[in-house]
Amino acid sequence: MNTMKYVDAFRDRAAADRLVHEIRQRQTQRWTLMEVCGGQTHGLMRYGIAEELAPEVELIHGPGCPVCVTPLEAIDRALQLAFRDDVIVTSFGDMLRVPGSQYSLLSARAAGGNVRAVYSPSDAVALAKAHPRRQIVFFAVGFETTAPATAIAVRQARGLRLKNFSLLVSHVRVQPAMRAIAESHDCQVQAFLAAGHVCAVMGYESYDEFVARHHLPVVVTGFEPIDLLEGVLEAVYQLEEGRAEVANRYAWSVRAEGNRNARDLVHEVYEVCDRRWRGIGEILEGGLRLRPAWRDFDAEYRFPLSIQPTEEPGECRSGDVLAGRIKPPQCAAFGTRCRPDRPLGAPMVSSEGACAAYYRYARSHVS
Amino acid sequence: MSQPAWKGCCPIPLTASDDRITLEHGEGGRTAREFIERRILARFDNPWLRPLEDAARVCPDSSSIAMTTDSFVVSPLFFPGGDIGSLAVHGTVNDLAVAGARPRWLTLSLIIEEGLPVPVLEAILASAATAAEAAGVAIVSGDTKVVPSGAADGLFITTTGVGEFVEAPFVGPSSLVPGDALLVSGPIGRHGIAVLTAREEMEFDPPPRSDSASLIPVVEALRRAAVPVRAVRDATRGGVAAVLHEWAACCGHGVGIDEIEIPITPEVRGVCEVLGLDALHVACEGTLVVAVEQGSSRAALEAIRTVSEGAGASQIGVIVPGSINPVVVRRALGSDQPLDDPLGTPMPRIC
Amino acid sequence: MCLAVPGKLVRWLDRDPTFAAAEIEFAGVRRRCQMACVPDAVEGDYVIVHAGIAITRLDTAEAERVIAELARVESNTSPVDKRHLEP
Repeated sequence: MNTMKYVDAFRDRAAADRLVHEIRQRQTQRWTLMEVCGGQTHGLMRYGIAEELAPEVELIHGPGCPVCVTPLEAIDRALQLAFRDDVIVTSFGDMLRVPGSQYSLLSARAAGGNVRAVYSPSDAVALAKAHPRRQIVFFAVGFETTAPATAIAVRQARGLRLKNFSLLVSHVRVQPAMRAIAESHDCQVQAFLAAGHVCAVMGYESYDEFVARHHLPVVVTGFEPIDLLEGVLEAVYQLEEGRAEVANRYAWSVRAEGNRNARDLVHEVYEVCDRRWRGIGEILEGGLRLRPAWRDFDAEYRFPLSIQPTEEPGECRSGDVLAGRIKPPQCAAFGTRCRPDRPLGAPMVSSEGACAAYYRYARSHVS
Repeated sequence: MSQPAWKGCCPIPLTASDDRITLEHGEGGRTAREFIERRILARFDNPWLRPLEDAARVCPDSSSIAMTTDSFVVSPLFFPGGDIGSLAVHGTVNDLAVAGARPRWLTLSLIIEEGLPVPVLEAILASAATAAEAAGVAIVSGDTKVVPSGAADGLFITTTGVGEFVEAPFVGPSSLVPGDALLVSGPIGRHGIAVLTAREEMEFDPPPRSDSASLIPVVEALRRAAVPVRAVRDATRGGVAAVLHEWAACCGHGVGIDEIEIPITPEVRGVCEVLGLDALHVACEGTLVVAVEQGSSRAALEAIRTVSEGAGASQIGVIVPGSINPVVVRRALGSDQPLDDPLGTPMPRIC
Repeated sequence: MCLAVPGKLVRWLDRDPTFAAAEIEFAGVRRRCQMACVPDAVEGDYVIVHAGIAITRLDTAEAERVIAELARVESNTSPVDKRHLEP
């Protein structure tokens, strides 16, 4: 039995062609959509879908790359910890090349910092258990998709009575960012493709109010080419008919109520807070932080960390890119002074960053 | 801070009372000499090594020789499908073979970290000896140094190889023209996945195995079948993608490959999907990229598939006229997308 | 964000609510994954795994329905044109 069948089937070319055809048949005017999640941007670019649908369907790439929006200050804090002799900072691989004020975690390692990439936060717990004399800090970034994983990890650390494990938390929440975009005065977005895996955890019932207020369709969408096209098709249907509803085009992964167990785990460990999104600014209720009851495992309370004022390189326009105001090639530094091997900002580094996606897939089409 | 490079996948049982390498073993005195003679040289007995002189005297049959050198710093030292010893032999042997030379003699330089258990060193040397014998090469000279604890990751090995051109060397990638066919000799990305999952103790089951192997049989099969080969390269760091970029830059044309034609094992596929890696960027150590003249790919594939190392050989693409993107992949949906020249080691991601 | 892959639950390894874990199969390999979010999953179920944890169970009936529907409708485009690979 091919366990990849639920991946392969959603990359089927004939089905994709049919969906593109249907989209073109259905629309009578141009529409502008925003796909929220970086993984969706990646899929749209990798399979040429964005290109195929343009210009009748314009896809604006949303700020859905949690690596890109992790605030500079958070990375700098992680770096401070990495340079302590008694600490090892563990992190998802994605974060390692993102530039902080002076170093990235990877270049910090070259400069003597203690940094280690792990696949899962629970692996960091196992590391802490195996090495009781070192402090293991896990850099907890990511959306609500990832918060359950870090919540599980910290609960395990508590269950094991570990004194040498803590989280440096910089989780972000998607819906407040969508709200900020919808409320911005120059918002071009006419419909949202909502982040499918965030919805797998959180459900989509909370979008009813969003849709009612902003009159913008929200379509829960997955990541494989077929999923993406189904999402676009549904958005186009609604727009053509003047409707604005919440629809689920990822029903085989997402239920309206999401995953109750996952949400409970997150709720037990985290509370909502305001959070600065790199390149965008402060988003009200845009983040998660550890609850007071879990302060024992909060790296910001365990270690003395100085908060330095931070500044992005002047030329970096990641804020405009992340808010969907410009496409990466419209940035003067794109492809020249800013490239994956010497990025000015986060969206050029992260595999899901809009700038990196453009650099990789669309450069040939930029004249 | 993680476990020593020799733990994990170590095939021999180790005890606390095992002898350890000390700095004395590398200092050239009596301890060192005896150690080297008894534990190292005894494994590699051959006529060139036996005189135990400072330099081995080798007499090539051909006046045209090839030389190459490579250093091996892999961690962990043992991984499913191989170890640093066999890897050090295969890597250098393959570099000679892909040039079109017949590998004959290798040197073996060891930089050993103080504290390495002697049984570990012996197991690795035994593995190197076996690999050398199977490849038909002799280890004729070497060096042993010991560095203080922490200055090396268990063991570093450098091998330098000399081969002879019995037949004309392959012309090389500068000769590639549009229409030439591009093949791989087997499923890609196996070594990098094996080492990554072993080093990070990711505990995939079954543990992915490296493809580390001598590719002499594959090259010889191509020769025997008189396939018009333009260029051959073993895909190591940077994977198949690195080779394709190098070749495109060399010949000034482009490369077009088809994602669905690229052979990949279910293990590598599973790990790549989970970790978000592109197998084209992952290192191999027993997989060739071969370019042959247009019209010869069927003959080439038939020849490669006659040997076990070439079981999964497949044509993956062709040389195309150059464009702004030197290497292009036709993805599953039929759209052509540029393939990155890999920046560094691909890292697992969650995004 | 959100690299998450479907895999098949091969066998449970630990049913403790905090340390719940199961062996999940992806293509040709299996790995221990954290299962605290899907404690009711059974062997043979498919789950979606992100950062080493199963975040939800896949509704295979719905997935099969979608796949069947995709296959049923004929494509009205030209056959897949592979890059010119020799026979």
